[in-house]
Amino acid sequence: MLRFIISRLLQAIPVIFIVITATFFLVRAAPGGPFDAEKVVLPEVKRALEAQYKLDLPLYEQYFAYLTDLAQGELGPSFKYPGRSVNEILFSGLPVTAELGFYALLIALIIGVTAGVLASLKPNTRQDYIPMSLAMIGICMPSFLLGPLLVLVFGIYLEWLPISGWGSIPGDKILPSITLGAAYAAYVARLSRAGMLEILSQDYIRTARAKGLPEWQVVSKHALRGGLIPVIAFLGPAFAGLLAGSFVVETIFQIPGLGRFYVQAAFNRDYTMILGTTVFLSTLIVLFNLISDVAAAWLNPRLRSQLSGGGK
Amino acid sequence: MKIANVSGELLRALFSIVIATSLMACGAGESNVLEGNRTGILHYGNGAEPQGLDPHVVTGVPENHLIRALFEGLAVKNPITLEPEPGVAQRWEFSDEGKVITFFLNPEARWSNGEQMTAGDYVWSWNRALHPETGNLYAYMLYPVKNAEAYAKGKIKDFAEVGVKALNDTTLEVTLNAPTPYFIQLMDHYSTFAVHPETLLKFGKMTDRFTPWTRVGSMVSNGAFVLTDWALNRHIKMAKSEHYWDRDKVSLNGVVFYPTENVVSEERMFRVEQLHYTAVVPLDKIPVYRERPNTPYLQSPYLGTYYYLVNTERPPVDNVKVRQALSMAVDREKLVRSVLQETAVPAYSITPPDTLGYFPPQVFRYDPDKARALLAEAGYPNGEGWPGLEIIYNTQEAHRKIAVAIQQMWKSELNVDITLANQEWKVYLNSVSQRDFQVARRGWIGDYVDANNFLDLFITDGGNNNTGYSNPIYDDLILQRAPRAQSREERYALFTEAETMLMEEMPIIPIYTYTSKHLIHPSVEGIYPNLMDSLNLKYVKLHPEQTLSGEVK
Amino acid sequence: MTTLQSSESADLLENAEMGASLWRDAWQRLRKNKMAVGGGITLLLFIVIALLTPWLAPYSYEAQNLDLGASPPSAAHWLGTDVFGRDVLTQVMYGGRVSLAVGFIATAVALLIGVTWGAIAGYVGGRVDAVMMRIVDILYALPFMIFIVLLMVVFGRNVLLLFLAIGAVEWLTMARIMRSQVQSLRQQEFVEAAISLGLSPAAIIRRHVIPNALGPIIVYTTLTIPSVMLLEAFLSFLGLGIQPPQTSWGLLISYGAETMEEYPWLLIFPGLALTTTLFSLNFLGDGLRDALDVRGSKD
Repeated sequence: MLRFIISRLLQAIPVIFIVITATFFLVRAAPGGPFDAEKVVLPEVKRALEAQYKLDLPLYEQYFAYLTDLAQGELGPSFKYPGRSVNEILFSGLPVTAELGFYALLIALIIGVTAGVLASLKPNTRQDYIPMSLAMIGICMPSFLLGPLLVLVFGIYLEWLPISGWGSIPGDKILPSITLGAAYAAYVARLSRAGMLEILSQDYIRTARAKGLPEWQVVSKHALRGGLIPVIAFLGPAFAGLLAGSFVVETIFQIPGLGRFYVQAAFNRDYTMILGTTVFLSTLIVLFNLISDVAAAWLNPRLRSQLSGGGK
Repeated sequence: MKIANVSGELLRALFSIVIATSLMACGAGESNVLEGNRTGILHYGNGAEPQGLDPHVVTGVPENHLIRALFEGLAVKNPITLEPEPGVAQRWEFSDEGKVITFFLNPEARWSNGEQMTAGDYVWSWNRALHPETGNLYAYMLYPVKNAEAYAKGKIKDFAEVGVKALNDTTLEVTLNAPTPYFIQLMDHYSTFAVHPETLLKFGKMTDRFTPWTRVGSMVSNGAFVLTDWALNRHIKMAKSEHYWDRDKVSLNGVVFYPTENVVSEERMFRVEQLHYTAVVPLDKIPVYRERPNTPYLQSPYLGTYYYLVNTERPPVDNVKVRQALSMAVDREKLVRSVLQETAVPAYSITPPDTLGYFPPQVFRYDPDKARALLAEAGYPNGEGWPGLEIIYNTQEAHRKIAVAIQQMWKSELNVDITLANQEWKVYLNSVSQRDFQVARRGWIGDYVDANNFLDLFITDGGNNNTGYSNPIYDDLILQRAPRAQSREERYALFTEAETMLMEEMPIIPIYTYTSKHLIHPSVEGIYPNLMDSLNLKYVKLHPEQTLSGEVK
Repeated sequence: MTTLQSSESADLLENAEMGASLWRDAWQRLRKNKMAVGGGITLLLFIVIALLTPWLAPYSYEAQNLDLGASPPSAAHWLGTDVFGRDVLTQVMYGGRVSLAVGFIATAVALLIGVTWGAIAGYVGGRVDAVMMRIVDILYALPFMIFIVLLMVVFGRNVLLLFLAIGAVEWLTMARIMRSQVQSLRQQEFVEAAISLGLSPAAIIRRHVIPNALGPIIVYTTLTIPSVMLLEAFLSFLGLGIQPPQTSWGLLISYGAETMEEYPWLLIFPGLALTTTLFSLNFLGDGLRDALDVRGSKD
């Protein structure tokens, strides 16, 4: 297992390197530059700006300068927010988005796994349809609809919960977490229902049942483990994808997270910011995909024995 | 079956947690507005997170509001009449037929660290604002100053040649290229503000853009408020300055600015009394607010025009008759009434009406019959042979609505095919500056109250012309004759002549004049409607006894 | 030599028969599932309406009546009108064409690439697997918005291209799910038995792996369809998707959400259309999954 993890971590280096290189050149190929504004920027001003951000250097020099800075952990100054470094912006938004994402996934898992497992135990009965339909709401109601709806009902009509901010008024984390989590709940429910059905029809489950084990033991000890593999495989990219996905929720609830910067950087052609968030995101993706692969392997007894045997 | 019970219990547990937290949140704490009214803090919806707070580096409307609360110019605008009145300068004198202005600084004017402001600070700051390495987007605001443009373009290296001198600590002499009637107004634009030289130099060179001098604890400013907290994408807090020369007039103890990017969310924050003031109002909410007694909705004419740029070098709009036909086929009254919910004024020219007493000429009106006749003359009778036309606009709900409506008007009145292309912001900017379009949506917001700011857009090869329009007579009127006019009447007559010419050749299709739109809590006093949407927070007072009464929730 | 050939052809024969009976059985099982049948019929109905919209729609989809503006449902406009006075029923019908098309085309692209990619990676394993899955990681991490902007610049505005682009992004998760399924199936006795019997990898994948992985594939497909529909709305909303006056359910909902207090019908009807479609898909998907479950949970 350790060897597997180490080899995956080693593989991550070229992955991240390719992502950085591709992004570096892609953003510069996109039409429009970071300094284009509605009112024309005088040529002398544009030259000065390009000089200050080293955009007047040949492309390859810019690239190597960026890599050199990156190697020292410097993501450079933001183009859109002069006076702020990309590092600073990332670290101001990251804890917020990570917390939001954590709550959202927690909600998604609790709702989704409960609904999925319940449904899989009695497929095609009311115990299947009702929880699954409830879980489906999240997917039918995209966050740009669910968010405002929750705000109207719980924030404005009932006046139960605050409607904006993050961590400044007690309770202001509830609505955004639910909004973001709802979409994932539907995924988790569907995947866990399917995964559970798959496992419940396996021979070893039948054997366990035939041995007269109580149903809850069959489910919790034997079935859940394998039945949740698809959910685990989904969770890795899902958590990394939250960064991009939380954009809408962060905008609706005025949350100072990273999602807003991630999306807006692309629109602002804020080169360093795009690269910074991408470097960060690619590291997260590699890491979480690895974690979810390890978890899936750990849950799958056969794969586990093979991996601890050193892989192929 | 048992697992079902377990999950049922789990669900119940989760539910009770959620309910308990909601109940805790319930009634916990008073709203921002109530608290603010008690403590003298204004909660202000500012539209977006500012790029920064350095007056010579950033541009934009939210930045403008913040910087003008933190800093003050030599002269400020009267919040009602917009005429200049004393700021850092107590008074000013014109000499040499208006080409030399002498500013007499208020000896009480202080930086927020208690130091006196000097004329030398201005010389240093204007050097920074104009210096070619600074990259100040608004450097051209100071171009009326003698040799300023040459210095900004690097043609002159020595700032001493630029027409700004400190005669002593409180006297600043500015020499202009030519009499510039609106120059005093420019003193209220943040790009001409002074910054505190020692503070900037503590963090780096004069021309550095990246230094953290604008951060809490480091920043030294000279306005009615000082920066006390800046949480990225959360809020910016300011407190009343102890050293501001006119501090006795300042009623607020502080202001909290929120980056309210989402207009719909902003309106909801206003409704639950989290904000005293909103940057904008969602269009569809306006009729609801208007109907209310004692409405918190405030709308006033704004110095900006919404228009369509026409590329005069691309067929079919290279033909002036086609341009006129298109323009005459737009029913602006109907557009304003329906799509814009009466939040705009139909425009038939580029300069907004009553720009410091100037009213633009109306050369044409909505006339579909004449439009059809013109189109036939241009060779497309009843739209036959029409090669197609594309309107580009940057992605935004408001632009989409206008474009969809105009597309339909042109189709039904002229029987011509129109396609729409919404483009992502930077792509759109690129298309416009490369003139890669036939018709493009555009808006222009005045930097100062003068028709010149609108009319000089369309001089030959003007940076913001973007239409390919070029007319030497027009250029001569705007660049040579109008600046030399002896009186306001003569100058305005020349502008009228130029604008008439412009609207006959129609390189742009004017659509409407903007209005500014805000929701203002009844407890707020001292926000006056004006053409620049200029709010001086120094005059704002809070009256806690006023509430959002009759609020339908 | 001959024996081998005959055994191969016997294999093929058996395979075909098995396949046929698999589908026949599945169809029988599916027909008994009322929810799935209901979902299928609803979907079919929606598709037919979408195809016939140009003939069925009561109004032209771009005809405006600015003086009428937004009006609630009435006899003339069954589902009301939007702020331009356009008929909402017509808008929803035309929106359905775009949404269903993007849903099915982009998902088909994602399915094709994702399943193939994941199956190969998971089955072959080792270096090939590592390289293939790291390519997936790279594509995950590239800034998606920039990618779309560039596509638009290089290829111009083309709705079909948009569908393909969305599909090209959505296959990544499908590949991961497929791979983890195949990997775990590969360890199963029946697959190992097939390998030891000397069946070709392609045959094993076709005969044993894909049928056994169908459940999660179908489920994930029914999840991909709504997510591509919403992605299309998001992109269109940002100016990277379809152009007005063309519309889609996702766009109608996102506009409707902004005015849900003033003009609720602008949200409710496109919302209902989308929700009905997604629920139908969901029930059909689950029904298919259950029906195709080769080991069957008939007990």
